[in-house]
Amino acid sequence: MKLNILSKRYWYFAFSLLLILPGLILLIVKGMPMGIDFTGGTLMELKFSEGNRPEREVLSQAALDFGIENTVVLSGDSNAIVRTPFLDDDQIESFIKFAAETYKEDPATLRYSISSVGPSIGKEVASRAFLAVAAAALGVILYIWFAFRSIPNSFRYGVCAIIAMIHDGLIVISLSALGRFWGWQFTSLTLTALLTVIGFSVQDKIVVFDRIRENSRILRKLEFETLVNHSIVQTLQRSINTQLMTSEFMLLSMALLGGTSLRDFSVILLVGLLMGTYSSIFIAAPLLVIWEKEEWKNWFNKGKKSTAQA
Amino acid sequence: MKKPFVNLIIIILIFLCALFVDVSHENGLRIGSLQRSGNLYLGLDLQGGMQVLLEADVEDGTVVSADQLNTARQILENRSNGLGVSDVVFQVAGSNRILAEFPGMTNTEEVLATLKGTGLLEFVDTGDEFMMEGDPIKTDLTVSSSEKSSETTTTAAATAANLTDSSDSSDSTETATEEKVYHTVLTGAALQNVSVQMENSTPVVAFELKSDASQTFADFTSANIGKYLTIVLDGKVISSPRINGAITGGSGVITGNFTIDSANALSVQLKYGALPVPLKIVEYKMIGATLGEDSLKKSLVAGLIGLALAALFMILYYRLAGAVAVLAIIFYGAVSLALYKLIPITLSLSGIAGFILTTGGAFDANILMFERLKEELRNGKTINQAITLCWTRAWSSIRDSNVATLITAAILFYFGSSFGATIVKGFAVSLCLGVLISMFTAFLVTRTLLHYTTKVVKPENQNKWFGV
Repeated sequence: MKLNILSKRYWYFAFSLLLILPGLILLIVKGMPMGIDFTGGTLMELKFSEGNRPEREVLSQAALDFGIENTVVLSGDSNAIVRTPFLDDDQIESFIKFAAETYKEDPATLRYSISSVGPSIGKEVASRAFLAVAAAALGVILYIWFAFRSIPNSFRYGVCAIIAMIHDGLIVISLSALGRFWGWQFTSLTLTALLTVIGFSVQDKIVVFDRIRENSRILRKLEFETLVNHSIVQTLQRSINTQLMTSEFMLLSMALLGGTSLRDFSVILLVGLLMGTYSSIFIAAPLLVIWEKEEWKNWFNKGKKSTAQA
Repeated sequence: MKKPFVNLIIIILIFLCALFVDVSHENGLRIGSLQRSGNLYLGLDLQGGMQVLLEADVEDGTVVSADQLNTARQILENRSNGLGVSDVVFQVAGSNRILAEFPGMTNTEEVLATLKGTGLLEFVDTGDEFMMEGDPIKTDLTVSSSEKSSETTTTAAATAANLTDSSDSSDSTETATEEKVYHTVLTGAALQNVSVQMENSTPVVAFELKSDASQTFADFTSANIGKYLTIVLDGKVISSPRINGAITGGSGVITGNFTIDSANALSVQLKYGALPVPLKIVEYKMIGATLGEDSLKKSLVAGLIGLALAALFMILYYRLAGAVAVLAIIFYGAVSLALYKLIPITLSLSGIAGFILTTGGAFDANILMFERLKEELRNGKTINQAITLCWTRAWSSIRDSNVATLITAAILFYFGSSFGATIVKGFAVSLCLGVLISMFTAFLVTRTLLHYTTKVVKPENQNKWFGV
């Protein structure tokens, strides 16, 4: 197989930027549509008996008259989601009772799900998550450094894996920011998806790096770029099979059939894991080559033809 | 491989054990002294229930000690036992929070009332009656509170009382003994200090009363020597000591067959009939049973379909090796389920997601080996050589990539448990477990079964059988 993947490396970076930037700009301009897990607030999903569900505006007005600022979204055939600022448990109970009386429902069946989060909690989750990711990144860099100690410049492998990991994380964040157009919110489940993408991202990079490690023992004479290209091509089939054919099958079926609570989660994982594989081949490995050749010294290889051959 | 036959026997044994654990047991699972429920433990999001996060309600900068939190947790746990749900879980989360989970409970009012209860401690005059620990008891104070909650019953009771009043007075005492209401002498508010002391090398619980309560107590004890003064917490007897003499000094001791532990427990309950720190509810989630059931069904169906598609692909692409992988995944699934039950791990929605993802990871270990296998076959190696080589060559990447995932999962777990973010924690646990089992499966099952394929495949057909 003669595939020269590395020669177009700057194109891949441009492509990634194209994917990341729109969401990131939207994020800076309008912010992330945060769910109540982070902003604090109350979310009540009410289940009405068949045919008894009030119109959206009617329910919203009723809640407003009751003294609760709110937005109402209808869900499914018989459910309505009422989102309000943070209410304590007494307020929630009295609202449920009020709604049950108004619409002649049993309070027990009306309470489909409730979640109520105090305003102080959210900030803590966000900062802790950031710390967790930073700690995980450091742990992974150190491990890769150790695991690749037998070949020259082992430290670079860890750093390149982490840069590609940040790339994957940014893609997911960008996607979540764009999600506001189809009504997504950033919840703790989204956060879990983000953390997963980051976790699996590294796993994928290591498979490619492992091949580079092995080849650099056998093919000592080869130029580094050729060696890396060769390693990518050798692991390509595995990358495609693992990602597209097994993990993505399962995620796709979760996204389509897994019910509303898992849909956003599955879609983010679907895109995130795909990009994880993409970035092993098109970001992490090219970065290694750029570092090896110190291409920033000649203005990122400008105008020079690549010499890689696999 | 040195002894493939031994490996094969080990695989079959593990698989059979796992299957035995997996099938649902009507009367619970019992292995030696180990007892587990017959079915998987389902999380709140799959069976419905409530999750409440309580936070110490103190001013900023006030430090809450770990002891205080633990005592509060214990007291809450005792109170919740009255709810009649078996697996209520209380955990201290972080430095100032307690996370409570009530699987299967969707009656928010009842749960919240229990958590917010103040903990009423009473000293009750039970006359000559010794009360058993844990018995419910009606006192002046508990009756008045139950009257408030149920208006209809009190009106009915009132008419009944009127009727008996006009006819015969002896009747009314009879009805009273059926639902005897005891007199509360003092409440926990009268206590100044409680401590455990040693008296003749047996532990006793010593208490001091506030000055205004000492007189009431002195009068009562001198009039009731030899009778019982029962200590009641939230309408339940916790101890029923006999009055051995008049207590006039405002301090006394409770003797009994105490061990150091039980004396300490009583003193904690006396001291903290109310919680050691005030707590407020900062977060609560309630998931209706119907929602839970829906989620469980849908995610299971989705998982099975995804798995079937992946298995189909493996067999079509890797032929015989693919079939080996499918067997390995079945082994992986059976062992995972068994461990979920044995440890036990509560299966939540995010846990299912983690499980499905690591199943993908388990396929990956197989794919890594098979790609190597094909490569070696193409390079002209014999099938026996190729099978040995594919393991040794693929192992370093399986190991390193999985260790990196383990590092991430461990950090996620720490993040999840220190904060009480159960979603993240459940996910991290199933991720860790999945990674470990999938490495074990690749090492033992895939390798051994691949070895046995060489016995049935003739070298001239090997390319056809392995999809080279």
